[in-house]
Amino acid sequence: MPAVHETVEQVRAIDVDQYKYGFVTDVEMDLAPKGLNEDIVRMISAKKGEPSWMTDWRLDAFRRWQTMREPQWARVDYPPIDFNEIHYYAAPKKNNAPKSLDEVDPAILDAYKKLGIPLREQEMLAGVQNSRVAVDAVFDSVSVVTTFKEELSKAGVIFCSMSEALREHPELVRKYLGTVVPVTDNYYATLNCAVFTDGSFVYIPKGVRCPMELSTYFRINEKNTGQFERTLIIAEEGSYVSYLEGCTAPQRDENQLHAAVVELVALDDAEIKYSTVQNWYPGDAEGKGGIYNFVTKRGDCRGRNSKISWTQVETGSSITWKYPSCILRGDGSRGEFYSIAVSNGRQQVDSGTKMIHLGKNTTSRIIAKGISAGRSNSTYRGLVSAHRKATNARNFTNCDSLLIGNKCGAHTVPYIESKNASAVFEHEATTSKISEDQLFYCMQRGLSAEEATALIVNGFVKDVLQQLPMEFAVEAQKLISISLEGSVG
Amino acid sequence: MTDVTPIRTAAESAILSRFPQAKASLPGTPAVAALREQAFGSFVETGLPHRRVEKWKYTDLRAMMREAAPLAAAPAAADIAAAEALLAAAPAFDGVALTVVNGRFTPELSDLAALPPGVSVADLGEALGSGHPLVGERMGRAASADDAALALNAAFMTGGVIVTVADAVTVVSPLALRFVTVGDVGAATYPRALLQVGADASLTVIETHLGADGPAHQTNTVVEIFAGDRSSLNHVRVNAAGAATVDVSSLGVVLGAHASANTFNFVVNPAAARHQVFFRFAGEHSTGNISGAAMLKGRRHADSTLFVDHAVPHCTSRETFAHVLDGEATGVFQGMILVRPDAQKTDGKMMSRAVLLDDDAVMNNKPELEIYADDVVCGHGATVGALDEDLLFYLRARGLPKPEAEALMLAAFVGEALEAIAHDGVRETLEGMVDAWLKARA
Repeated sequence: MPAVHETVEQVRAIDVDQYKYGFVTDVEMDLAPKGLNEDIVRMISAKKGEPSWMTDWRLDAFRRWQTMREPQWARVDYPPIDFNEIHYYAAPKKNNAPKSLDEVDPAILDAYKKLGIPLREQEMLAGVQNSRVAVDAVFDSVSVVTTFKEELSKAGVIFCSMSEALREHPELVRKYLGTVVPVTDNYYATLNCAVFTDGSFVYIPKGVRCPMELSTYFRINEKNTGQFERTLIIAEEGSYVSYLEGCTAPQRDENQLHAAVVELVALDDAEIKYSTVQNWYPGDAEGKGGIYNFVTKRGDCRGRNSKISWTQVETGSSITWKYPSCILRGDGSRGEFYSIAVSNGRQQVDSGTKMIHLGKNTTSRIIAKGISAGRSNSTYRGLVSAHRKATNARNFTNCDSLLIGNKCGAHTVPYIESKNASAVFEHEATTSKISEDQLFYCMQRGLSAEEATALIVNGFVKDVLQQLPMEFAVEAQKLISISLEGSVG
Repeated sequence: MTDVTPIRTAAESAILSRFPQAKASLPGTPAVAALREQAFGSFVETGLPHRRVEKWKYTDLRAMMREAAPLAAAPAAADIAAAEALLAAAPAFDGVALTVVNGRFTPELSDLAALPPGVSVADLGEALGSGHPLVGERMGRAASADDAALALNAAFMTGGVIVTVADAVTVVSPLALRFVTVGDVGAATYPRALLQVGADASLTVIETHLGADGPAHQTNTVVEIFAGDRSSLNHVRVNAAGAATVDVSSLGVVLGAHASANTFNFVVNPAAARHQVFFRFAGEHSTGNISGAAMLKGRRHADSTLFVDHAVPHCTSRETFAHVLDGEATGVFQGMILVRPDAQKTDGKMMSRAVLLDDDAVMNNKPELEIYADDVVCGHGATVGALDEDLLFYLRARGLPKPEAEALMLAAFVGEALEAIAHDGVRETLEGMVDAWLKARA
């Protein structure tokens, strides 16, 4: 069954030629020379005033990276990347450790204002009290400002840029960095280890419920640069944090590389909610330009009854290659993955998740929706596995995709591996099977099977996405209303 | 991913050195010989499939075939007698018998005189040498993927059968196509079958694979079926090869318009079995059902890998597989439905269900969809779990001992899969095999 008219209109409204964040900010930049070698790695480390163990860590990663080959298994197609044509460090010149917002280049503040991200705390306070959000703004290679730091520190929460964390809290960084995504994990993660420049660091102490939403806003501005950010979130026993990241980039004819690594650690009874609104420049209708988004995101539910949930709304990037995953190590831990990916133009999306059940009584849920239009291709690739000791592991997966037009493609590549007899895995892509009871209830009240299904699926996802509190989650809100009527598995 | 330098395993080296010696004695015209060379060339490049080859991710032939068994010789009188004994002891399927022993068509164990009108059978080994028209026109066109198992069979194929059903012929009695491997030591066999079902014709084929439990045979079978417009095909494959056998089989089906084809694969005995199905809709408004069941214990391994190609619009496909896994057994289901850009109104569904009876059993599922048309309905599902505790409790509360309650539930679980078989007699025989398996377990 083809997509309904309403859906087609809604998807067209966010087509690649409608990209709103394609402007360039004119800022004087401090650039590393193009290319990648040990000197560049040392230079990045020196620029950030890192301890020597960190420099060695980076150099080891770089040497390792040189022996690796780019992965070819994803269903994406792009010309070879020349890693020597990229500036691995680009920082606004006037951003020499600003102590307050007044020292930040007004052009950068303007850029964030244009993107709808107010960085001045008083501007944010003007809003409703409980919609306050602490923001870490990352502009090309560096974090320019982090808001509400003092208020957060009163609660014991550390929220700062990665560079600052390396200076102020090296023991915490050293303890956790690279423990979720090892240095040797994959080609892009290893590259990131060698050259990452900034990102956010979050530490929530034992028993603390983070008093406000935390968010990082990533902006690529300078041309010929790559953005390699690194985020590390640690939730100590019994703590809770909700974190949101947003990403945009200017409209350019060249492709730019974004290779991030995100590591989450949840200890006993802790909960991390990680949301992404990814809206990198997707390239034009002919596929020229756009961001290559090669990202490694992984959460480690290390403690008992810990919980990590990934929510992502993906509309940008010319190529997306990311699989936010959960390692369910602690007994009774829970992983969730909710995703809506809309591809247009010539975008290529290969995304999904991994739920690796190691502990007893671990549960996971995957809800993924993909919508392909134009000449784009969208692939859901996911792994659910239960290891031998994962007694009573439970997973429910539902992935739907919808095509608009017959020039695009939608693909599903789920891997379901069970090594434990008591593990119960259910994977389905047919919307008619959500819950017979709910469906029956709705239909009994006069809804057609399709209306009832749409109501249940959308209602379910809406629940999750409506929790995105951000001003820049407008797209997300729009996307939720897109009906998946006519979806295929 | 670091660079991997391929190291030839002992089995690979043996196979590689065997072809130059064997090729002179393998049947075929110069055209067939060229085909063999080409296929062997592609095997030289790929070697045996292993877990880094995506389509063989869960069935690592390189690890399973420590050694390459020598090529089976043409069956002598004693071998034919041994094959006859094996056939007599195995569950019987009604129908006109066509028997292939150690990769060669064996008229002594075939019932050519009973062939119904409109059905003709040729010895594939002879046909390769005599330039039979179907060999040139059809062979390798239904199972045509770039695949090491197909390449090995094409390089080493020794014989088998060609079956032709004329247009508009309804064959009432099934054909019992029997592949038997005999010999006291493990041997490698490469049989092949080519079936052409004419327009408006209908045919039921029961394909069985048998062997003794002792020797570690390595069998690699390719069956290709071309079914014409408005034809009706029912194909059931029963894999009861010996308990030490590594069995690799490929089925290729090309289906015409307004036609229907059902194929069912039942795996019960071999140490390792890989069954790959390449199913292509070549005409509109056709229906394909690809299903199967496997009951495995010990350290057995069964893999069903499907590739369904919706090349034209308005076709319906169903893929349903059930696995019962006990002991340290491993089940694999890899389904793939490809809907090409103009194959609108495609209706495709696949479902894999598995019951794990032991903590050491493993099930790997990969139900894959690749869709390029927007007006289609495609779904896939996969479930893995233990037997339902509540149902088990219900049965035990009514006085059934645990083994009996389990057997009852498992019989129902597999029975649901067997319902895909249209032929009553065949289904009943398979139900008997299921009961025997369950009895042996209890």
